[in-house]
Amino acid sequence: MALLEVAHVHTFYGDSHILADLSLDVAEGEVVCLLGRNGAGKSTTLKSIVGVAPPRSGRITLRGQELAGLPPFRVAQLGIGYVPEDRRVFPNLTVHENLEVARRTWAHTGGDGATELWTEDVLFDLFPILRERRRQLGGTLSGGEQQMLTIARTLMGNPDILLLDEPSEGLAPLVVEMLREQLGRLKASGLTMVLTEQNIRFVSELGDRVYILEKGAVRYQGSMAEFLADETVRQAYLAV
Amino acid sequence: MELITSLFPWITNGPLIAVQVMSGLSVGMFLFLISVGMSLIFGVTRIVNLAHGSFYMVSAYFMVTLIEVMPERALSFWIALLLAPVGVAILGGVIEVTLLRRIYRRDPMMQLILTFGLILVIGTLVLLVWGPDNKSVPRPDALAGSVRIFGQPFPSYYLLVLGLSPLVAVGLWLVFYRTRWGMLVRAATVDREMLGALGVNVSRLYTQVFVFGSWLAGLGGALAAPTVAVALGMDADVLINAFVVVVIGGLGSFAGSLISALLVGELQSFGILIFPAVSIVLLFAIMAVVLIVRPWGLLGRPEE
Repeated sequence: MALLEVAHVHTFYGDSHILADLSLDVAEGEVVCLLGRNGAGKSTTLKSIVGVAPPRSGRITLRGQELAGLPPFRVAQLGIGYVPEDRRVFPNLTVHENLEVARRTWAHTGGDGATELWTEDVLFDLFPILRERRRQLGGTLSGGEQQMLTIARTLMGNPDILLLDEPSEGLAPLVVEMLREQLGRLKASGLTMVLTEQNIRFVSELGDRVYILEKGAVRYQGSMAEFLADETVRQAYLAV
Repeated sequence: MELITSLFPWITNGPLIAVQVMSGLSVGMFLFLISVGMSLIFGVTRIVNLAHGSFYMVSAYFMVTLIEVMPERALSFWIALLLAPVGVAILGGVIEVTLLRRIYRRDPMMQLILTFGLILVIGTLVLLVWGPDNKSVPRPDALAGSVRIFGQPFPSYYLLVLGLSPLVAVGLWLVFYRTRWGMLVRAATVDREMLGALGVNVSRLYTQVFVFGSWLAGLGGALAAPTVAVALGMDADVLINAFVVVVIGGLGSFAGSLISALLVGELQSFGILIFPAVSIVLLFAIMAVVLIVRPWGLLGRPEE
């Protein structure tokens, strides 16, 4: 059974129809990449799952539990971790405080992830720079450090699945490399992830499966290996 | 120099100045208690609670009744001082859950109309319950007289205010900067949506913040009750002063409220000595200058 299932979701911003009958599923331990041009609906897909942009119709289930219609904080407590595109660290809180506000304080209701895998200490081992910056305000960090902090912050909730919206966007090449290596370690720990990306190089080693979105619906799906071997798909949906 | 001393004869009177400074500090501390609650509520919920002064007034009336009904004369003031703010906090909680919660996403003008409506409703209820006559709250026996400071008489009750307020300020600082709840409050002032996506029940946090802010207004009202005539107009007076303090200090800024409250307190205290005729105008003139130079207040943050 899929861990996360999105079925026939329609999402609107006002009158504009952003997601049109979008369906996808994510299995436990898998890294799924959502690719597509700007405006294809990648970010909105994640926002619909989290409940920030709730769908008008369709089903979104985590281990069979319906998420659509729940407020975002309930969705998060049920095990969905969300790292938004614009990072949104709390600039007026220190690194430690940014992590502390996101610490799981609710009883775990999901599956086997019941142990508190991620603590501040464990996360500082994954992102050593954050340990050095522990007492510094979030707003004073560099872009790369802020991206690491938002990922670490979301992991403090010990989610079953991590949604990352364009994690490499706007970062220097060297930082992107470091981030890719860190996400690889998260994958190795068994964490399920869904990430949206423009940068195929960034996800080519990380991802297990690919969905390509266009105009708010899935146009292609396949394994990462199939996708990388298929030049025509990339030409059709991704070339600018 | 002679010109100055002839214009302001009190300037060489050290003891008078010292007492004036202390009385300014007491006024400032009242203002701090009231405005910090208003500022906190705005910082988190983005609602300018015009009824904040009404909560202050209700607390003073609670003091009147609580002291009346308690037989123990020696302790009644102190027990009332504990209970009245709690009563106001409960009132605030009920108002948040039943009314304010429904309008957080509405036009700010709607929010102003609602909280303004609360002023009228609460004012009328107070009139119905306590009647139109002014009431007074006796000072506790131990603090009923005055002490001499540099030879000048100074009401000893104000010593309580001067002693208690720094404790409250330090306590608030500890709550905001040393507890997880304080971290949540500070995070909510900048990005509520993100905080919710991290699993925090933001609407419950709103209620807690509103209850806490109301309690602070209640504490201010309860402490102020023995220093003023407990009367129907006291909500508007205090609201205007608290509003000036919050605007000068910066909405949502804890340190801003403290500095600005002390500044305004001293200004009122010395304004009366120096320019008695214009001391009230002076206050608004300073607010106007702050609004022109730093519209977000001394220590506030500009809106993005």
